[in-house]
Amino acid sequence: MQPPGYGQVNPARLDATFAALADPTRRAILARLASGEASVAELAKPFAVSQPAISKHLKVLERAGLISRGRDAQRRPRRLEAKPLAEATEWLERYREYWEENFQRLDALLREMKISQKKRPHTKRKEDSR
Amino acid sequence: MKIAVKHAGKLQVSTPSEREIAMTRVFDAPRNMVFDAWTKPELLKRWLGVFGGWKFAICEVDLKVGGKYRYVWRGSDGKEMGMGGIYREIVRPERIVCTERFDEPWYEGGDALDTTVFVEKGKRTTVTTTVLYASKQVRDSVLKSPMEGGVAKSYDALDDVLASMPAKNK
Repeated sequence: MQPPGYGQVNPARLDATFAALADPTRRAILARLASGEASVAELAKPFAVSQPAISKHLKVLERAGLISRGRDAQRRPRRLEAKPLAEATEWLERYREYWEENFQRLDALLREMKISQKKRPHTKRKEDSR
Repeated sequence: MKIAVKHAGKLQVSTPSEREIAMTRVFDAPRNMVFDAWTKPELLKRWLGVFGGWKFAICEVDLKVGGKYRYVWRGSDGKEMGMGGIYREIVRPERIVCTERFDEPWYEGGDALDTTVFVEKGKRTTVTTTVLYASKQVRDSVLKSPMEGGVAKSYDALDDVLASMPAKNK
């Protein structure tokens, strides 16, 4: 039972986002870029892997739309693209919120049902004394 | 693999097996009442999917094994969205098993199977709805998570990234 209200996010893009996030080095790169743009050399520095290996990770992130290249032609700094990340967190949050909203309406309905039952305790005909 | 999504508050979303997604919520009412709210059209119309201008256009429930249910919502713009299925098992007020299929499928593999269990304890009712999909692949497409670590790990990662934490590099 999963009616409307979520699922408007492009699923292929979400797949790419999650695949990109599956790798700890790529997550670390994103975390680094969250504090400002950086060149490939700057990004490679903290890691015990080669620059080509970092470039490969950057390609994956770029394809997923998670990073882009800055204007500076020589440094070609990478920077974080916030939108796909926001969309990814949104999806499940939306799913959860959607159902929580439904259930809060149900809470209210149940409160109402309990009150009317108290007012009219004999709801079943055979129990009705009159 | 068992994951629980973070920030779940009252409503818990989890994956009890690789083909399932489960949702658990506690209601402050006896279970016969919750069961009614879950299965009687006049009560369903008050809470299920009726938000942001969406209302039930059709809400039909033939609550017997082999009986059908049919839900169609209509938005304020006239757009409709429908789903339905067949009841496979009904144990009032404990358990409902039914199939689900959307008019415009948003996951593959045909029908999914919904099992809803109502457990009463101290005048409160815990409801768990578990949706079983055709395959792990379909389930994962629903979770939008292609990878083994599961969605919780991704969301943990996202939290880390979005919190702009400095990289902890080895």
